[in-house]
Amino acid sequence: MTTATRPAGSGAPPRARRGLGPYGILVLPVILIVVLCFVVPMLTVLVRAVTEPEPGLQNFAWLFASDHTLALIGRTLRLAGAATLITALIGYPYAYAMATAGPRVQAIMLLVVLLPFWTSMMVRTFAWIIILQNNGVLNAMLTGVGLPPQSLLYTQTAVLIGMCQVLMPFMVLPMVAVMRSIDMRIPLAAQTFGAPPVKAFFTVYLPMSLPGVLSGALIVFILSLGFYVTPALLGSPREQILPNALFNQIVDLLNWGQGGALAVALLVTVGLAFVLVYLVTRALGLKVNVAGGAQL
Amino acid sequence: MRKSRIALYAFCVPVALWLVAPTLVVIPLSFTADRSLAFPPREFSWRWYESFFSSSQWLGGLLNSLQIGLLVAIIATVLGTLAAYGLSRVSGFRKTFSNSLLVLPMLVPSVIFGVGLYALFLRMGLVGTLPGFLIAHTMLALPYVVVNVGAVLVSYDRQLERAAWISGASKPKAFLTVTVPAIMPGVASGFLFAFITSFDEVIVSMFISNPYLQTLPVRMYSSLQREVDPTIAAAASVIMTITTAAALIAIFARTRRKADT
Repeated sequence: MTTATRPAGSGAPPRARRGLGPYGILVLPVILIVVLCFVVPMLTVLVRAVTEPEPGLQNFAWLFASDHTLALIGRTLRLAGAATLITALIGYPYAYAMATAGPRVQAIMLLVVLLPFWTSMMVRTFAWIIILQNNGVLNAMLTGVGLPPQSLLYTQTAVLIGMCQVLMPFMVLPMVAVMRSIDMRIPLAAQTFGAPPVKAFFTVYLPMSLPGVLSGALIVFILSLGFYVTPALLGSPREQILPNALFNQIVDLLNWGQGGALAVALLVTVGLAFVLVYLVTRALGLKVNVAGGAQL
Repeated sequence: MRKSRIALYAFCVPVALWLVAPTLVVIPLSFTADRSLAFPPREFSWRWYESFFSSSQWLGGLLNSLQIGLLVAIIATVLGTLAAYGLSRVSGFRKTFSNSLLVLPMLVPSVIFGVGLYALFLRMGLVGTLPGFLIAHTMLALPYVVVNVGAVLVSYDRQLERAAWISGASKPKAFLTVTVPAIMPGVASGFLFAFITSFDEVIVSMFISNPYLQTLPVRMYSSLQREVDPTIAAAASVIMTITTAAALIAIFARTRRKADT
């Protein structure tokens, strides 16, 4: 909206003339529904974590005293960290190629990186089972060129292959956005002053593109914490992570107290990561778009 | 082409293959004549599609998913459009607060939302019921409508609506006959995003489904955990066809929106 289309003196559009403004009539009911159907259910999890089997903090004491749960949290954080690192390392050259390519190649590369995101999660996971299973596509290719077959399915490697694939757009798109705004004459100027291309890249281009890397990394890290289907179907049951342990505690064991404590642990971890994102993006003046991350 | 450029593309081609390949193996596999998931299939057959469409569990799952997806898309589109429209007319704290609350379901790990709903639904008898699924999926789909409609409202000229008021239209009538047609591309893509979100959802659905009411992704998940037979490939191809069609329409609606403004 430009200022010209606004009538004089309406810094905020007309409101509260008949008690309820457009906010009260249109937004508030929807907000109430979201609070009732989304916020309240999550609060009940918190309540049950401190009230079952009896009121108190024993479930959180269990959370921090048990080696099993600490290992669970550690494994979840490590998996998210590994996914972030891998997507950053693979995503950076990809984003660089995309940002510096012509419009047609750029469009194709965008389509390719968005394809897994557009594909249904169940379809994607099933496809990885076909490819990674012992008599699957990958091993047919490996033995075809004389390499030893790998047994990848039901390992953390399989989980990372499946996770990183769908996390790529969240890493690549912020990178490309920043890289496209970099004036390519600046690294060129460094070369004109005698820096070898590699040095010009590492001392000039890389630092300038870091904000994109950082915002991509933070989003990928947050999203990695919530993966459920990929670890459950591609990973080993002995290497469970938080979301899966949570599901088992509640649905299989009906252990609402300890399950609730696990849910709170996951929520707090995600919340802390969010605070970090907020502080970092604010300090750097970046805009991060996290739309579309719920279903992973 | 410079050497470094060639090296860069040599890196990107395998990456692109990694991103694209999985999507390409599913459809050929669904036409295999074998009982196994060996790839590539040696013989062509429709038998797994026959098995899919003649099984009450698979077909029932598909029909449940379609029904829930369409109803959720309708509810989420109405609620999300009203909220986005209301939000476009306020500013300051109320706007920031409401916006954050409305996109929250997109960001919180679904497994936590699933646990919470399961706790409430068990008490209220909503596990395995249509209203239960509608509540759960509408919450997850709502952010997509708010974001999509909000994006078109930014460039919508509200003078049009004022002109309708001055010409004697009531506010609801002006909204329905002037504003809604103008923001239709955003509403349409919000609708399709909402449908896809519901149609694909599996985590929350696993908590709130029971053997009497299952969606297609839940059915697929539980059969992947037990035995693996190529009916799953047929199911996956059906899911892909439906979501791809919806996504293409959404992209089309979006590009038309860009061309319009």
